[in-house]
Amino acid sequence: MNIIVCIKQVPETTEVRINPETNTLIREGVKSIINPFDMYAIEEGVRLKERFGGKITILTMGPPQADSALREAISMGADEGILVCDRAFAGSDTWATSYTLAGAIKKIGTFDLVICGKQASDGDTAQVGPGIATHLNIPQVTYVKKVEEATDKLMRLERMLEEGFEIIETPLPALLTVVKEINEPRIPSLKGMMRAKSAKIIIWGQKDLGLDPQNIGLCGSPTQVVKIFTPAPRVGGQILKGEAPEIAEKIVELLRNEVN
Amino acid sequence: MDYLFTDEQKMIKELAHKIAEEKVRPAAAKYDISEEYPWDVLKVIGESDLFGLFIPEEYGGMGVNITNLCLATEELSRACGGIAVCYAASALGTFPIVLFGNEEQKKKYLPDLASGKKVAAFGITEPEAGSDASAIKTTARKEGDHYILNGLKHFITNGGDAETYSIIAMTNKDKGARGASAFIVEKGTPGFTFGKKEDKFGIRASSTRELIFTDCKIPAKNLLAKEGMGFIVTMRTFDMSRPGVAAQALGIAQGALELAVKYAKQRHQFGKSISSFQGIQWMLADMATEVEAARALVYSCARAIDAGSRDVSKESAMAKMYASDVAMKVTVDALQIFGGYGYMKDYPIEKYVRDAKITQIYEGTNQVQRNIIGLQLIREMAK
Repeated sequence: MNIIVCIKQVPETTEVRINPETNTLIREGVKSIINPFDMYAIEEGVRLKERFGGKITILTMGPPQADSALREAISMGADEGILVCDRAFAGSDTWATSYTLAGAIKKIGTFDLVICGKQASDGDTAQVGPGIATHLNIPQVTYVKKVEEATDKLMRLERMLEEGFEIIETPLPALLTVVKEINEPRIPSLKGMMRAKSAKIIIWGQKDLGLDPQNIGLCGSPTQVVKIFTPAPRVGGQILKGEAPEIAEKIVELLRNEVN
Repeated sequence: MDYLFTDEQKMIKELAHKIAEEKVRPAAAKYDISEEYPWDVLKVIGESDLFGLFIPEEYGGMGVNITNLCLATEELSRACGGIAVCYAASALGTFPIVLFGNEEQKKKYLPDLASGKKVAAFGITEPEAGSDASAIKTTARKEGDHYILNGLKHFITNGGDAETYSIIAMTNKDKGARGASAFIVEKGTPGFTFGKKEDKFGIRASSTRELIFTDCKIPAKNLLAKEGMGFIVTMRTFDMSRPGVAAQALGIAQGALELAVKYAKQRHQFGKSISSFQGIQWMLADMATEVEAARALVYSCARAIDAGSRDVSKESAMAKMYASDVAMKVTVDALQIFGGYGYMKDYPIEKYVRDAKITQIYEGTNQVQRNIIGLQLIREMAK
């Protein structure tokens, strides 16, 4: 089974600062890690490879330092890493990112499965996975919490929903996004770390991918960030004291006032 | 301080640190209370190849390197001295096979120990033979192509949980110390049973049991080296393993120091963080200096061994003695900084005091280490 796992390098802290002029993240001085949700995607890929054999390619788009994220994924058991890196891709929103990653996947060629984390911990959009599937015109199964069955042609998956789960069968190739319930990512092995250190990372730019310039980077991004702010915390609330019947009456009265 | 470790060594340190923070620290209190053997954590350590650090590559390991073993042991001990000693004691039980095993013995036993699938233990101590190891009473009598073992070992770390045991027994009592031999004994051999599990002051995640041999029949091919080499096997093994105990002590001290600094910054009294008080700063400064001095001693000793230096008994005794004395002092001072809270089990620091104490006692008490150092000094002067 040939698997492509898409990952993103994100700032470790959840308290990131935002540049008020460009409304983008200030990344300087913040340690970068693999998006925690993508760790489950890598782990699931490695587990499937352990069961079915094959190859795992890790794909990421980002600045040159995203190299370390690819090496970390290799240390967990992936075979190779591809870094999609070009100034032309800077400022991509989820649409342009998924278009670009889909372009890289087309260049990779044959594959059975693409796995993504359900969302990135910095942007929280959960759009890139589904976007890639759409650009590739392959089935997508989001919020996967369990792989029930898998063959080289078909997968039966459990999707986590707000009120329980559903079981879905999909033909392959397909794209999955996974939730943290699916597995526990492994700690890399020393042999894996050594392999990762000497692994050759493939770097692809716009020249290699030959994508439509209108669809990449900032100008290919329809999203316009108008404002980013921290929502004001909810305040107050009211605590009613007394016996239950009294309180019930008070609540009814308060609600009636609210309506009127 | 930068110890100019190689890239591989930095990797080992980073990996062991990650395991310590993600797997060992969260489990430390649980195993300290339950005294269960931490199999789940050891499985992770095994899968990460760290058990391979004391085993040659041709038998599935990562190559024998004492500095590497010390780096892993220090990092694991920062989080829990008990879980770390399960790991380090497997190295102790494995060294006799690595150093003195023949090809057949190495092939049979080392791969499973390298992967962490099995752990090892070393058995020399007996109720009447602690510091005076030559007083051991366990016997091994040769009968055809077997040896028959009889006797009792006690205080054996990993006892009962280990699968592979390196055991020292007397093959010829008349020869005294030269009458001891080393054997590999497998768990499950008829006549080999386990006595009580000790209820310990510290390192409670590790198991300490009696090993009981009652007409235990083992194949003669399980003899390590030759008859009469038991104490040479032991001494060479301890020379290799002592820096590991020193690294364990160092890790415990480092872990306690970090907790103390963190707590001092958080704790407010008289309207300020107690870390702003000179009294606290001076304590922390002394602790940090002593830890760093211990580290320098541990790693220079480990490097000397790795570089092939043969005469390391004095230095490895110094490293073990000094690092464990530092661990005891630093953990007690760290608890002092925690004040009343530190005395309570709700906080992790009291465990460090308990875990530190054993490092002054086992693998040769610090008094025995001083004997070794003193004797060596006098010998050197006589040259």
